Amino acid sequence: MSLKNNLVVMLLFSAIVLSAPWWLAPIGANYPDLLQKFAIFGLFAIGFNILFGLTGYLSFGHAAFLGVGSYTAVWSFKLLTMNVIPAVILGTLVSGVFALLIGWLSLRRSGIYFSILTLAFAQMSYSLAYSVLTPITNGETGLQLSQQDPRVLDAMAGIVPTEGLPTTNLFGMPMSGYSGFYFCAVLLIIGFWVTLKIFRSPYGLKLTAIKSNTMRMKYTGFNTRPYLLSAFVISGMFAGLAGSLMAVTDPLAGAERMQWTASGEVVLMTILGGAGTLIGPLLGVGIIKYFENIFSALNDSALRAAYDFLPAGLADFLTTVTSPFVGEGWHLTLGLLFMLVVIFLPGGVMQGISLISRFLRRRLGMAGESGGAS
Amino acid sequence: MSPILDIDNVSKTFGGLHALSDVNLKVEEGETHAIIGPNGAGKSTLLNCCIGRLEPDTGSVTFNGRNMVGMEPWDINHAGMVRVFQTPEIFPDLNLLENVMIPALAKRDGTFRFNPFRSLARETEIRDRAMSALADVSLDRFWNHHAGSISRGDKRRLELAMGLVQEPKLLLLDEPTAGMARLDTNRTIDLLKQIKESGMTKVIIEHDMHVVFSLADRISVLAQGRIIASGTPDEIRNSPKVKEAYLGESEDE
Ligand SMILES: Nc1ncnc2c1ncn2[C@@H]1O[C@H](COP(=O)(O)OP(=O)(O)OP(=O)(O)O)[C@@H](O)[C@H]1O
Ligand SMILES: [Mg+2]
Repeated sequence: MSLKNNLVVMLLFSAIVLSAPWWLAPIGANYPDLLQKFAIFGLFAIGFNILFGLTGYLSFGHAAFLGVGSYTAVWSFKLLTMNVIPAVILGTLVSGVFALLIGWLSLRRSGIYFSILTLAFAQMSYSLAYSVLTPITNGETGLQLSQQDPRVLDAMAGIVPTEGLPTTNLFGMPMSGYSGFYFCAVLLIIGFWVTLKIFRSPYGLKLTAIKSNTMRMKYTGFNTRPYLLSAFVISGMFAGLAGSLMAVTDPLAGAERMQWTASGEVVLMTILGGAGTLIGPLLGVGIIKYFENIFSALNDSALRAAYDFLPAGLADFLTTVTSPFVGEGWHLTLGLLFMLVVIFLPGGVMQGISLISRFLRRRLGMAGESGGAS
Repeated sequence: MSPILDIDNVSKTFGGLHALSDVNLKVEEGETHAIIGPNGAGKSTLLNCCIGRLEPDTGSVTFNGRNMVGMEPWDINHAGMVRVFQTPEIFPDLNLLENVMIPALAKRDGTFRFNPFRSLARETEIRDRAMSALADVSLDRFWNHHAGSISRGDKRRLELAMGLVQEPKLLLLDEPTAGMARLDTNRTIDLLKQIKESGMTKVIIEHDMHVVFSLADRISVLAQGRIIASGTPDEIRNSPKVKEAYLGESEDE
């Protein structure tokens, strides 16, 4: 039983992900909508981590692939079928092609210039979605389903929606609520398996070596460009998959998904959790999405209720002091948390965890315990 | 027999500075060729022109019958010319074993290979090769240490192992013993002598005359961007020109 064994890691990971609706209940984060977000952004972040965490190339444009994935998925729902399988596959592939193009152009530069190029391409896609590409994106309204859509595959199979808009489904199973979450969760598990394999492959080792010393890699006999480009495309495909899953759980695609704030969010998630680690980005997703959805919903009366066990004066005082940090103020709390982590734990939350576990192990060791936990 | 490395009329200027002027140098297969010369003579620049880090203004560098000028560094590496740098160029974030596995993988995988689903843990052959290269430079005990945290001398030996594991046709060494303690220097000389017996061709830049005279078959002296003498160690030792330009000042130190 060692975490070096991929099977052990996958069993553990699957158990944790699939049981999330149960263990997230005590902190009120077990409703399907939020669970789906955890899984979808989890895919986005672990894919981003393959590029940023392994090669050190910081893309500020990954939201573009998220958007492309969403649009592709909705078009698949409109033209082909409401079944989610083609939507997810097409969303991933089309984003991959798009990433190949943007990556090929952006990887002519490195460092900050690479970041700026990716940002520029993503902002360009965002503006195009609002203007020239309106026939594809439906501009500001966003791309929506309609009852009159052709859905050729569904029509051939004789599936015609009786009334209202058709719903996304997996061979008839509706993709809303918990079944939607479990669909995303299974894809997250598969995606995690892919990143685990990459991290523990010669290919992954070469990517980390590029991050460590690009110049050395070239004189060691490696053409670094195709390595970087393939990592860029893989991470773009993860983003496309995440984008198509957003459309699966809510079949609507808008250009705001491509905005630079969305690209920045995945950077924050990855750094907060720990770039270059396997599960760091997932922790980052968990923390940020929890803040965004739960913390932001807290209001003064909820705070007052939480402090109810204290004397009335003190409870009122605490409510006044802490209220700027919740509700609308959740950005403030998150910003402070991010600053603290980056200043004191540049390796993210994962660095904190490994520091604590090393400390505990040493304490246990001093107490004379030899327990072979590892 | 044609030389394995033929540097023909290479010149390089940086702005107004003539770092190399019409340098001619031939390295025969199997020999250990030392390049000596005072600081700033252009020794490292000459190696940079060989491995594609710099492009000479004029002249050609022919390796194994092929002109290397304008070729990509990774292609030059796979042609069989491998350089160990003057300031250690290693992968500071990886451990020692991984540092040596990377060049071993380059040798097997070529300039690019996409194998994301292959398990690193199963690369036993690569691992063993890397481990034995580490053992050659007596660093195998520290295989799991971070390369960024070891001493400068150890970094140079690590880089030497990274070069050796590729079994190059021609190994270019830029001051391999600089920054090493005496004991490590001697060990490195012994190692380089061993490699010599294996028949690997080497070009070695070195300030330490003890190292040069105990290793080199032939020596070229570079001063202010020109080769001022070339010959056997005895010829160089007795050349008045060399004494004046270089050895004189170095013996005073
Ligand atoms: N990239 C560069 N740009 C500008 N000048 C350079 C560059 N590389 C080297 N030089 C200059 O060229 C001259 C030769 O430098 P080089 O590093 O080849 O000397 P060297 O013989 O290796 O000296 P050392 O023994 O100190 O390593 C020096 O005057 C150096 O400052
Ligand atoms: Mg030099």
